[in-house]
Amino acid sequence: MGCGMGKSSLQEKKCTRVSIYSVPAIRAALLIQRWYRQYVARLEMRRRCTWNIFQSIEYAGEQDQIKLYSFFGFLMDHFTPASSERNLISHIFRENEICRDTEWERYFCYKDIEVPDSYTGPHLTFPMTFCGVSKLVEAFKQKQQLHARYVLQILGETWRLLRILPNINHVSVCQTKEITICGDLHGQLEDLLLIFYKNGLPSSEKPYIFNGDFVDRGKSSLEILLILFGFLLVYPNDLHLNRGNHEDHIVNLRYGFTKEILGKYRVHGKKILKLLQKIFSWLPLATVINDKVLVVHGGISNSTDLNVVSRVDRHRYVSVLRPPKVVHQTLNGNRNEGDNGPAEGRRRVRSLTNHSSALPQRNSLPRRSLQNSSISHQLSSSVEDELKRRRRLAGFDQTYKNANGSDSDSDPDFAEAPEANGHDWKQIVNLLWSDPMPQNGCISNEVRGGGCYWGPDVTEEVLGRHNLQLLIRSHECKQDGYEFCHNRRVLTIFSASNYYEVGSNRGAYIRMGADLVPHFIQYQASRTCRDLTLRQSVGWTERSALRALREQLFVHKSDLIRAYREFDPHHTGKISMRHWASATETVLKLGLPWRVLRSQLVSRTHYGMVDYQQWIKELSITEPKLEVSDTSILETMYKNHSNLETIFRIIDTDHSGLISLEEFRQTWKLLSSHLKMEISDKAITDLAHSIDFNKDGSIDINEFMEAFRLVDLSAHG
Amino acid sequence: TEEENTGARKIRAAFHVFDHKADNTVDVREVSTIIYSLGCFPTKADIHRFVDEVEEDNMGYVHLDKFLPVMTKVLLENKFPPIPEENLLQAFEVLDKERRGYMEPQELAKYMKSEGETFSQEEMNEMLTALVDEKKNLICYKELISQLTLDLDT
Repeated sequence: MGCGMGKSSLQEKKCTRVSIYSVPAIRAALLIQRWYRQYVARLEMRRRCTWNIFQSIEYAGEQDQIKLYSFFGFLMDHFTPASSERNLISHIFRENEICRDTEWERYFCYKDIEVPDSYTGPHLTFPMTFCGVSKLVEAFKQKQQLHARYVLQILGETWRLLRILPNINHVSVCQTKEITICGDLHGQLEDLLLIFYKNGLPSSEKPYIFNGDFVDRGKSSLEILLILFGFLLVYPNDLHLNRGNHEDHIVNLRYGFTKEILGKYRVHGKKILKLLQKIFSWLPLATVINDKVLVVHGGISNSTDLNVVSRVDRHRYVSVLRPPKVVHQTLNGNRNEGDNGPAEGRRRVRSLTNHSSALPQRNSLPRRSLQNSSISHQLSSSVEDELKRRRRLAGFDQTYKNANGSDSDSDPDFAEAPEANGHDWKQIVNLLWSDPMPQNGCISNEVRGGGCYWGPDVTEEVLGRHNLQLLIRSHECKQDGYEFCHNRRVLTIFSASNYYEVGSNRGAYIRMGADLVPHFIQYQASRTCRDLTLRQSVGWTERSALRALREQLFVHKSDLIRAYREFDPHHTGKISMRHWASATETVLKLGLPWRVLRSQLVSRTHYGMVDYQQWIKELSITEPKLEVSDTSILETMYKNHSNLETIFRIIDTDHSGLISLEEFRQTWKLLSSHLKMEISDKAITDLAHSIDFNKDGSIDINEFMEAFRLVDLSAHG
Repeated sequence: TEEENTGARKIRAAFHVFDHKADNTVDVREVSTIIYSLGCFPTKADIHRFVDEVEEDNMGYVHLDKFLPVMTKVLLENKFPPIPEENLLQAFEVLDKERRGYMEPQELAKYMKSEGETFSQEEMNEMLTALVDEKKNLICYKELISQLTLDLDT
């Protein structure tokens, strides 16, 4: 046949056995198999590279978020109470309005909200019944929207129920009762409906655990919450919810949930958001099955202690990103001027966990954000914290506001209740934000900016210490919907299919019986992608990833050119591929293999050199609809798109979705301090005026951000 | 030499895609994907031999220090050369005895799953999704061969 293939001993064996096929047929089969396997492997390589792109961009975004939040913490510490910047953002650190449960109940009361006759959505009656929830599911399937009155009613009931639940749910499975465990859903209602379709609705015979991240990114976060809460109200012993890192109002500002609520409920959105803040803080932190399987959203750290976790006042951590309210003093009594604010660069973001605050004090010394303390403070603070806790429990601590009612929901005031425990907080952050890593050890999670990376040795130690046999967690997207690691002692389950892009991944859920052996059911929500071949879905996802990457390159144009020029001292306009890769990584900090990606991003090279000027020009992405004379401000806007929106939404305290000229200016001032940039007042005013401030001199946040959505007009792939 | 440098760079780049810990090791199960992605066409037996040479004492992973020289040799000596299109065509024609220019899915599946380095059911299902023309429910191998080669290059 002339295929040039040598005969190995393996093939000889096959040839000598009796076969119904002739030797040429066997050889032909071998050749075709070899060819096809190579084809699949090449696609797999591409798919893996694409995946790395999406993941890097996603985690860089999370890191960005945390940097921004830490920056606010920094502002809170370093600006005087009178400063306007502090006032703009202080409300996200402090509740200064209503403090008692009864007052909150009044605020959230739905009773005065009329449901008009024109309303065509579902009507709910309470107490909630299985029929009621099923009706709700049906209605959402029909894309109806629940009236604000009923939303507040369900949320109110949920809030009341959650307050009596413990931090850690203990459930048992037996021969006749298997349990279903689902991972991240991220607002993707189609996936939840698919799970219910395949697996059945929750009931006493069909218990479920939902492992966090119900909201953000997808368009139906609220619908998912309402369905889950509905079932929780009907089957409180059989529907279990764990808090995820996205059940956090600060994270929601950036990742779309806040926007979704305000868009769907213009009048009552603010109230709904406020109530959701409380609900999120009251969500349990973990679930344990048969005392043997731990289910938690993120993971663990080497200091994870479930006994401590079960005793924390979980509702005090409204945003898990919020540093604990411990005041302290540095060793020499001065503030550390050196390391202020967020660290630069991907690998230097300090974790919010492994550098806890220093010695807590009881009065109003300046508070400081978390990252800047040294290790010695960390050690003494945990002893100090423990002493404080014991004193408080013994009734000695006078400043502890609600020594009696730890289940009441008075808001922790930033200035007044310094008892909040750095150690407790660390436990919670680690449970919600950590990721496993293959090597031994436990290090801060610098990619995300929160929680830690933990290794197989930590898994063994923590599971052993608690007499557990398996850790089930979510938090990371997996191509097949699930993945084992750490010698099958850690299992990641992810239930949002097509998370990065249509066809990017399957979702999965777990069925587990008394033998505690997980069984997996996988699915993919979109009809279109089910029919795609591997090649097509790889191609589709790849194009999407490259588009996202080109966007990143485009918004960092100026910095890139500057970096390339450093390798081009003679201004030839060209640099080697190696330098191109190195400079690109220095600017973008995504940790991607630029050399490998080069061929897909740079179409033409000349003798191994990249003509960077030309190439940057060709990253043809359309300009926004706004006419802005100052291109550097424009670029800043692009680059900090998400941060800009987050700041807008924070400043928009009444959640109207509108900002005034003055608020716009203040946003820019905040952003430019965060970026350590100079932006003149004149430049900001000019910018503000060039935007069409219609009617009452305010602009719609959504419209404004829409104007900056990048649309890729390039003809590439 | 320049060629060697380019080769070494390519090998490292492919290796690092799977080097999740960033410690120059990859899971042994990913080795075949890496070799294939570098343009080689080994048989499964070839891969087994390769892995035996580079795996770290049955630990389940491979270190770049061992992988690089062996892979470099493979590339320089062109040990697992690509399959020329005509050979591939002839292979299909051996199985398609009447030389119709196409095969039925079950026919091909029969061979793939029972002869040579057999396919698992999952591999077979994947192959059928990729190769079968939906309308005709046939595998028109002539067009496929060039199309699939093109796919990888774009």
